[in-house]
This record gives sequence, structure tokens and C-alpha cells, in this order.
Amino acid sequence: MKHTPQAPSVADADSSGFSVELGTDRPMRLDCGVDLGPFTVAYQTYGELNADKSNAVLVCHALSGDQFVASTHPNTGKPGWWHILIGPGRPLDPAHHHIICANVLGGCMGTTGPASIDPATGEPYGVNFPVITIADMVRAQARLLDHLGIDKLFCVIGGSMGGMQVLQWASMFPDRMHTAVPIAAAARHSAQNIGFHEVGRQAIMADPDWHGGNYAAKDVSPSRGLAVARMAAHITYLSEAALRRKFGRKLQDRSQITYGFEADFQVESYLRHQGMTFVERFDANSYLYLTRAMDYFDMVADHDGVLADAFTGTSVRFCVVSFTSDWLFTTSEVREIVHALNAVAADVSFVEIDTDKGHDAFLLDEPELHATLGGFLSAAAEKLGFETP
Amino acid sequence: MTDDALGRGQAEQAGPVHYEIRGDLKLIADMIAPGSRVLDVGCGDGALLTHLVKNLDVDGRGIELSQAGVNATVAQGLSVVQGDADTDLADYPTQAFDYVVLSQTLQATRNPKQVVSDLVRIGAKAIVSFPNFGYWQVRWKLLLGGRMPRTGILGEDWYKTQNIHLCTILDFIDLCRDLGIVIERGISVNPQGRATGFSNSGWAANLFGEQAVFLLSSKNS
Repeated sequence: MKHTPQAPSVADADSSGFSVELGTDRPMRLDCGVDLGPFTVAYQTYGELNADKSNAVLVCHALSGDQFVASTHPNTGKPGWWHILIGPGRPLDPAHHHIICANVLGGCMGTTGPASIDPATGEPYGVNFPVITIADMVRAQARLLDHLGIDKLFCVIGGSMGGMQVLQWASMFPDRMHTAVPIAAAARHSAQNIGFHEVGRQAIMADPDWHGGNYAAKDVSPSRGLAVARMAAHITYLSEAALRRKFGRKLQDRSQITYGFEADFQVESYLRHQGMTFVERFDANSYLYLTRAMDYFDMVADHDGVLADAFTGTSVRFCVVSFTSDWLFTTSEVREIVHALNAVAADVSFVEIDTDKGHDAFLLDEPELHATLGGFLSAAAEKLGFETP
Repeated sequence: MTDDALGRGQAEQAGPVHYEIRGDLKLIADMIAPGSRVLDVGCGDGALLTHLVKNLDVDGRGIELSQAGVNATVAQGLSVVQGDADTDLADYPTQAFDYVVLSQTLQATRNPKQVVSDLVRIGAKAIVSFPNFGYWQVRWKLLLGGRMPRTGILGEDWYKTQNIHLCTILDFIDLCRDLGIVIERGISVNPQGRATGFSNSGWAANLFGEQAVFLLSSKNS
């Protein structure tokens, strides 16, 4: 990794990133009972680790995200998915923080997942890949930190599925982190969300090119199914108000309806574009596994119905965030986390950001979100007195 | 410890060394031991919390009803959640804080009796301040004017006010007796901000105090 101190621009960060093989000596026991190892974790870092290793921040990515949080995506050429939050003078600043973002276990951007080669067969795992959970993703990240020699993170932060990982981190490894920032995430996946995920999975599995998950062997890919899955999911990331504001009933490059099934409406054209571009960078089987991991996430059940027990005695400082128009993870669901944290007298801040941009607001330019995160992180850093490089 | 915290605050914010606060908040702050754990219920713009954290090295948390207020105080680096004294205090565990503060909020709660008993359950001590409806000007205005009195700190029309459960100092003393709560200190404050401690029946305080500050603890502690 090459860093030029005088030019801490994130865009200049080495985009090839890092990759490490873990679990060679000691396989990792997954929740499903399978021992996985060795496995690969692909990750990016931004900013220097300081001398006492106190400024490391782990960013956990969402379902369709990856490790390219603040650098140009190698496949799409687009800027990092959270470049708006990471950069000089932003809440996460490579001049102060050592930012780590790893592709999750089960992902498709270099970390071991269903598209990886199964050493037992020499073929891609496909659906023979073990079913993984959010906790398994977190265990893999903890192994990565062991490898990097980082005992304690300054912060674990993420939105949506990333926020689930943050909560799991705080529950499993409270001594390895100072602060936790779960954004637009709940402690358990709702019936409605499991329902949406099932629609997406059925779309993939109904594509004849899926071939029971063995599409790689046939040199095809269930792109149509994956695109439909993405289109349906994308609606849930927005809000009715945002769709109305952005598209309304506006027609796409035409002055009247065509009495056919072309994309007459702008919203159709937009969703088709979202579906088409997604398949260029995402593996269909990965989509099955990661949505399943989210469905299985239930920290309430993990603690016999008492979520507060997940955080008993925690010294982690929390900043919990929700968005008014998020119907995937509603404020009332997010508030359950806050209630549980209050019940153990944890140090918690909770902000609800007023926006019509829906769930995806966590990825967008929301000045109030950035102001609160900036205030929370700088106060925490001041309290801990961590050195900047 | 406090000097160190002050030094950092100064370096970061390039502001004054001491964070000044309103007189009534200062009275509350003076009851709080440095380095303690404090929950400020209805923390507003975070003025008291900021003072406690920066000047007294307190581990401070806040609850505030207004989401805009919460977001602004979190952006200042304070630990605050959006919540309601009536519904959310029940979540907090017993004796989790050294002090729980309820400043000028009691009269706006739906169930003040429950709120006060929650305060002394959650904190080893509770500090409660409220406008005194027994203040002589209030009595005078009602007696002579025959209309709902409007004074300095009770300045709103009856149909606009959030204050649905106003009480006098004597009423509050009665409530504490009913709940078995120990009044460790009582202070009345006149409109000039002069504070007078009272330890007797509270009769004079009830007449001359525009507002009151109480330091409470539960009998069993």
C-alpha cells in the first residue's frame, strides 16, 4: 500500500487492495457446524495505523457492497460506495483514521464465497458452500484483525447488513472495540424483509441459467434472475416519496404510452438499469447466501428473547442511527436496539435523520448524518486521547 | 483530571476555558460530585451536560424529546437519545447512575409521580427543578386578575403551554413524603436568581421562590 503523506486523497489509494489467506492452522467453526479453512479475505485500507494502533476503524459493508468503500471500483469505475463519508475533513478521515473494509465471507469480490474454488473438489462451491451467518462474517473479520495485529478497534461502523455486523461485533467482541455505529439496521430481520429476500432468491433460482447453482460449470450466469432480484430489492431501498419526487409517472424518452411492455415509465427504465449494472459486479449465488445470512440474523432469539443481554456490561460507546423514511429498517425497530442499550445503561446516542430518501439515505449526502457522526467520532477520539499519525 | 479535560477542550475548540451555564443549571451542577455518572432527562440543547462533561469530568448521558435537539447535541459529542420521561425511564436499570437530573421538565410530564419515583430508582440521587406555582406573584395575579397567571418562567398562554402538571413547593414536598423519598436539600430561587436553601416546612420558600431545586434520594438507599 503506497501512501503519500502530503496528498492524503482517498482517490489515490492503491485500488488493487490486499488479500490474505486465513484459517490455515486453525479452521473457523461456522454457525452451521462446518469448519471452514483455509479461507481468503480481500480488504482495502486507507490512512496509516498509528504507533499505538488505536486509530483503526472497521467499515462493514452492506448486502450489495464490497471492500471498495472509498476507492474506485475495479469493475464499474465508480467512486467508493461511502466516499461521501470518507476523506479529508470528513467524519472518517484517512489523515486520522486507519480505515479497514473487508469483503464479507460469502461475498464475491475476493473473499471466499460460493464462487470460490472448493479445495475438496477443485470446482466452484456453488450451493455446496456452507450457509454463513452475520456472526460468521464477524468471526472472519476478527481473524483478519488478528492477522493485522490490531487488538482493539477505535470504531466499527456500517449500514444495513453492515449495521447488523456492527451489532454482532458489539455483542461478540465488546473488548475489541471502543465505539459502535450501527446505521439503518435492526437486531433482527423482519418478516417483511425475509419476504422481499425470498422474492429475490426465487427470481434467481427460477432463471434457467442458474442450473441448481452450478452455472459456472456451464459458463453461463443467471443474470436475468439476479437483475430482477436487484430491481425488487432496489424499490425497498427507496421510499414512495422519493420515487414520486424522482420519477412520478414521467415517461421515458417518449411523449405517450406505447400500449406495450417496453419501459414506458422512467421508473421502469431506472430499475432495469439498476438490475443490468448490478449483474456486472455481483455473483448470483453470493446474493442467495448473503440474503440468507440477513434473514437468519436474530440477536433477540440469540439471547433468549432479551436483546439487552447481548450488551450486558458493555463499555462500548454506541451511536445508533435511523432514517424517517426507511421502511426496511424502521425507526421503531432501530429503537429496540436503543431500548436494549438503555436497559444495560450503555453509553448510547440515537439520532433519527429526517429524510425522504429511504433506506439508501445512509449512502447519500445527508449533512445531518455526517454532522452527528463527525461529532460522535471526534468526541470519542478526544475522550480516548488517541494519537493521530 | 479536570484540568486535563479542560485543556483538551480548549485546544480542540479554541474557546473559553470555562463553559458558562445558566444560573438555575449552575445550582444543579453544584450538587453534582465531579467524576460521577449523570443522566439528564430532558437535556434540551445539552448546556448542563456540556458543563458537567467539560468542567466536572462527568460521564454524562441525556434524554431529549425533540429529535432536532438530540441530533444537535450528538453532533456536539454528547451521548443523547431521543426519548420521553414518561415512557422511556422504565427501560433504565435500577441504580445505574449517581445522579438523575430532571430540570424544568416535571410539570410537562403526563405522570409526574411515576417519573419522580423512576428518578430515585435509576439514580442514587435525583435532582429536580421546577417552576413554583406557589410563588407570590402567581398567587397575586390569579387572585387579582382572575386569569391564568403569566410570569417570567411561566410566560405562555394557558392554551399554548406544555405545562400540564404545575405544582407548588409544598405540593412537591407532599409528593416526596407519599413516595417515601428523602429530600436531602431544597433550594428556592427568586427572579433575581438568588438561591436560598430551606430546611423547615418550606412555607416561606413556597411564597418567595419563583422556582425550586430539590436533591432527592430514595429511603432504602
